[in-house]
Amino acid sequence: MKYVDEFRDGALAAKLATAIAREADPGRRYAFMEFCGGHTHAISRYGITDLLPANVRMIHGPGCPVCVLPIGRIDMAIRLALARPDVTICTYGDCLRVPASDGLSLLKAKACGADIRMVYSAADALAFAQKMPEREVVFFAIGFETTTPPTALVLRQAQALQLANFSVLCNHVLTPSAILTILESPEVRELGTVPLDGFIGPAHVSTIIGSRPYAYFAEEYRKPVVIAGFEPLDVMQAIRMLIRLVNEGRAEVENEFTRAVTADGNLKAQALVSEVFELRRSFEWRGLRDVPYSALRIRAPFAAWDAEAKFGLEFVSVPDNRACECGAILRGVKMPTNCKLFGTVCTPENPMGSCMVSSEGACAAHYNYGRFRDVPVAAGTVS
Amino acid sequence: MSLAGTIMKGYVRPLDLKHGRVDMGHGAGGRAMAQLISELFAAAFANEHLERGDDGAVLPAPAPGERLVVATDAHVVSPLFFPGGDIGCLSVHGTINDLAVMGARPLYLAASFILEEGFALAELARIVASMARASREAGVPVVTGDTKVVEQGKGDGVFITTTGVGALPAGRDIGGANARPGDAILVSGTLGDHGMAIMAQRESLAFESEIASDTAALHGLIETMLTAVASIRVLRDPTRGGLATTLNEIATQSGVGMELDEAAIPVQPQVAAACELLGLDPLYVANEGKLIAICPVEDAERLLAVMRAHPLGERAARIGTVTADPNAFVQIRTAFGGRRMVDWLSGEQLPRIC
Repeated sequence: MKYVDEFRDGALAAKLATAIAREADPGRRYAFMEFCGGHTHAISRYGITDLLPANVRMIHGPGCPVCVLPIGRIDMAIRLALARPDVTICTYGDCLRVPASDGLSLLKAKACGADIRMVYSAADALAFAQKMPEREVVFFAIGFETTTPPTALVLRQAQALQLANFSVLCNHVLTPSAILTILESPEVRELGTVPLDGFIGPAHVSTIIGSRPYAYFAEEYRKPVVIAGFEPLDVMQAIRMLIRLVNEGRAEVENEFTRAVTADGNLKAQALVSEVFELRRSFEWRGLRDVPYSALRIRAPFAAWDAEAKFGLEFVSVPDNRACECGAILRGVKMPTNCKLFGTVCTPENPMGSCMVSSEGACAAHYNYGRFRDVPVAAGTVS
Repeated sequence: MSLAGTIMKGYVRPLDLKHGRVDMGHGAGGRAMAQLISELFAAAFANEHLERGDDGAVLPAPAPGERLVVATDAHVVSPLFFPGGDIGCLSVHGTINDLAVMGARPLYLAASFILEEGFALAELARIVASMARASREAGVPVVTGDTKVVEQGKGDGVFITTTGVGALPAGRDIGGANARPGDAILVSGTLGDHGMAIMAQRESLAFESEIASDTAALHGLIETMLTAVASIRVLRDPTRGGLATTLNEIATQSGVGMELDEAAIPVQPQVAAACELLGLDPLYVANEGKLIAICPVEDAERLLAVMRAHPLGERAARIGTVTADPNAFVQIRTAFGGRRMVDWLSGEQLPRIC
């Protein structure tokens, strides 16, 4: 596959692995957090851990939009769909299985009679509303900065069309505030119990917001950031760049993903987003709890298309299972296998915590791709 | 299919196969149903058993020492017509393959139709013609059947369930529990074609592609393989859940592990590209004309040559090895150079693909 295989070349990977092993100082340990679920998935899917020296550890961050979506937000959509037979909820496929209250998920609510449909884009949801004027179509919008501009666009289109049967239940969240929360967590900031030497910065998010927003973390918290693409060679190259930055004592932002990311990002998309959305004072993230100024809500001129206002929806916070270690895992304090629920009570089929919900979550990635490492290989293995 | 052939020619107005639609009368057990059966089903499947018009088919016993194998498969695919096939031929191939991977010689099929009120008879005729062609080409006749009609909105055009009977030669033992550490794992061709052909047709995606379903009857290929290499231990068709899920089933049944070589697994470039676009893994995408074979390592190259010499196995490949692992983990060496697990499919990747 042209333009893809080039970034998955095993021979190049082997060369990079040799370079990383050569440049990593055997006298110290390196711990890097990949913020995005896309990177977590690439690391697990291609077995990148096997190509890294033992003293380089990757911590899986909270950048999986499905994982950090709090239960209470999904409850809002489910309750609306069950209470109002005229409502159709449209959302992305990976939202459907996220467990909510009362043993429900959007998929299970569908089985109970709610009209819930999977769409591939915000535009599909808008098209549904135009095609079915008798239905109240609600687009359950989730995601980081990457999926926000398309949501802004359909809101503007709905306003232009004065489309009365369409609205958006907005759950869009912001990357920089989540990174800040991790850096401000007591384990990282004060106690130093979690060694965190740098970040692999988001790929697609950075195409929108640019590389500039990360400069603050690098400077204020002395943590280098390397923005990287989602292909496995991108990740390997970013790790090599981070090791160099750490070795040279430089807390700077570097960009591995120059084929898509600029310093300023996509200014047109940024303008569109700020026209339609404004900051929420606070928003709950699964695993990180309330994070100040970390999410967006729909501005007053678009209130007629804001499902929260239109249907009077109230957010009720729902605590995670008390034994769930997702918060600590997302901050890098614990590993999935440190959680008592991992692989016993909590599995990809029946996720209890956020990290098990999507294949981009730290626990699901380890369960699906890496759990063979937890068991000693049986004798007599033929290779 | 009782009542077939009881309508006297010349005394009824023939079915309007051009503009007619299925109505509740076609399932009511009366004259309309008898006409649908005789003019459409019995005419297309034409064989001595159907012509008798009894409630069931009377079939000869298999040869002495042979055992009977029965398999059944319901088909609810959406859309009904897709590049490379339709629900009709799919329903014939699916059940024939279920018998064939048991090592059985498929002999007869029974077909049961659930039709939705309002479904165009022209489309039904196309589907039945495709079924009849597939059954003739495979040499496996449809000898009995049933038709029901449900109200509009209670079905999706047509659902077809086929049941097959086959004969298993004496001494032959093919099954998912037979894999042994050290055995070689082979596939008969490229993976993910059927699932992606269906996916490309879905209204909500509608991307243009030339991917065609691989739907095919595999009993000819399997007979050739078993004749040449009698030591084959496991055969299975990786349908829903794809290669990954089927290998996990076998690993669990046999209590063994597996180690695959990602670079050796054949996937067509356009299937790989479509999967990439949709965030799917071709290892989990359905096939309808492919098989997995597991055999002792010393016979692997001979089996591979036999498979490649058959038109349905031209792109056969040896993709891995069975290992001793009580955890029954399926692992893969990635083309990138790392290792990971290939786990069971969790949730569903695509609904209504077969």
